[in-house]
Amino acid sequence: MTASRQTGWQAFLQIVTLAALAGFLLFRLADPAPVTEPAFYWLLVAAAWLAAWEFNHTLSSGRSPLSGQARWLAPLLFGLTLLVLWEAVCKGAAIPTVLLPAPSLIAGRMAGAAPTLWADFVQTVIRAAIPGWAIGCLAGFFVALVCDRFDFIRRGLMPIGNFVSALPIIGIAPILVMWFGFDWQSKAAVVVVMTFFPMLVNTVAGLAAAGRLERDLMRSYGAPWFGTLLRLRLPAAMPFIFNALKINATLAMIGAIVAEFFGTPVVGMGFRISTEVGRMALDMVWATIAVAGLAGSAFYGLLVLAERRITFWHPSVRSR
Amino acid sequence: MSAVAVRPAQRKAGPALPVLVLTAFILAAWYAACLPMNADLPLMANVKGFQERYLAAWALERPVLPAPHQIVVELWNSTVNTRLFRETADGIVLNPRNLVFHAWVTLSATLLGFAIGATLGIALAIGIVHDRTLSRSLMPWVIVSQTIPILAIAPIIIVALGSVGFTGLVPKAIISAYLCFFPVTIGMVKGLTSPDAMQLDLMRTYNGSKLQTFLKLRWPAATPFLFASLKVAVTISLVGAIVGELPTGAQAGLGARLLSGSYYGQTIQIWSALLFAAILASLLIGLVALAERLTLRSLGARA
Repeated sequence: MTASRQTGWQAFLQIVTLAALAGFLLFRLADPAPVTEPAFYWLLVAAAWLAAWEFNHTLSSGRSPLSGQARWLAPLLFGLTLLVLWEAVCKGAAIPTVLLPAPSLIAGRMAGAAPTLWADFVQTVIRAAIPGWAIGCLAGFFVALVCDRFDFIRRGLMPIGNFVSALPIIGIAPILVMWFGFDWQSKAAVVVVMTFFPMLVNTVAGLAAAGRLERDLMRSYGAPWFGTLLRLRLPAAMPFIFNALKINATLAMIGAIVAEFFGTPVVGMGFRISTEVGRMALDMVWATIAVAGLAGSAFYGLLVLAERRITFWHPSVRSR
Repeated sequence: MSAVAVRPAQRKAGPALPVLVLTAFILAAWYAACLPMNADLPLMANVKGFQERYLAAWALERPVLPAPHQIVVELWNSTVNTRLFRETADGIVLNPRNLVFHAWVTLSATLLGFAIGATLGIALAIGIVHDRTLSRSLMPWVIVSQTIPILAIAPIIIVALGSVGFTGLVPKAIISAYLCFFPVTIGMVKGLTSPDAMQLDLMRTYNGSKLQTFLKLRWPAATPFLFASLKVAVTISLVGAIVGELPTGAQAGLGARLLSGSYYGQTIQIWSALLFAAILASLLIGLVALAERLTLRSLGARA
């Protein structure tokens, strides 16, 4: 492929075409009237989609004047295209709400039921997922330090840790609900257990990551175990630790929500999902999922930002 | 729990003793914890004397924390000591009182979901590696899709597919597939891009086509990555199948056993279902590891 770079004029023309088609389609979607001219409607949808794809293609292949921004612009456009297509297909094919509600319906529900969604968010994320995540990660970290100090424990605990982290740990949720009651304490406990082992395994692997040369240097300085840990081995372990923190962020959300399927007070995301599914109020379920997705992505995104700040020296960060 | 058997390649003979000591320590702590955990149950109120109290705590019918041997005995009773088959009007079927029946229900969803998810994951990875537009616009969303607590979607998938007539196996398999495509995609993108510039240049000097480069260089180079991610994927697939059984109510499967156990306070039943799930998980990983060793040997890798 030897396609040349777009001129500013060509790029302008492409953007105008895309904007016109997208605007036309959005206008048609905003109209509450049902689709009476299916051939034209689907042609419009296909044209808008093709224009978006073509734009994304020039953007990603570095031929567009905007290609410098492709890192965030391309996925954003892709996501928006998916959202619009979802809306268009729901409207055009008249898909029943039970099967798949349109994004506009979900957004409307999110705005309408904001207080309920906020209460669920506080119960599940602020009370259960985040404290459980923090406790589980800290516990895993300190046990990893113990493992590092006493090699016998490390050699015994590591195979067990690897084994346990491959198990369906979520299954202990009903047991912990019996032990700690229906409220958020039991959900936090599930999250603690789920996040403990990934942190343990990753931290131990990370503490072994510092090079032999650097360690020898520390020894020649006469640095004690703790000094070596603080100055050399913990910084070297940071990429592994952040890896575990990120894995655990998703696990924490899953753990807190699924644990609520086994019994909760009448608030919480898992409770909301399971009851609204029972009442066939699928738009509310999707609204809850959207909140969970936003919360999970924000949680993850914050960790990625912190990781870039702290492990700025790592090749995977420097190459950006 | 034979923890060593999971990753035989990485461990030499060394860690057997530490593992045994720590496992024994954990078991001892478990037995010791049975009394304080169960002390408040009504059945324990009239039991006096230290030894008697412990013996009673290890033999309760619905303990808060069952003793390990109770779990093993329950597992034995519900698998080996229960009739495996049952005669019905439709012929001979697996007996729903037997835990093997429930394990099979879960396992079939796991395997179907694993097959779909792995295929999808590999296909996505191939697309991402070969098409720049896909890699730029799809890859970030693949990652975002994992920050969404996917298991929470399980009830929706069950209900939505149920309303168009799919029930039982397929919805659960789809949940498993959604969960397990991710590690496969990530691993395969890494694997398919692992050949370095020199090797790719060599293919170019041979005038190799894109397809030939893929078949003779990229795919073999990605095989170790494939198996590493398949091991992760197969366990996640099992988790997906178990969670997929929760919203349908307690009908069949290991997840249903967990749920009905928690409804009726049958703690030993929950623990034995968990133990069975653990055994199933290690068997599945073992199978993937076996396939890995056979494949890599036929590719000429040094063990």
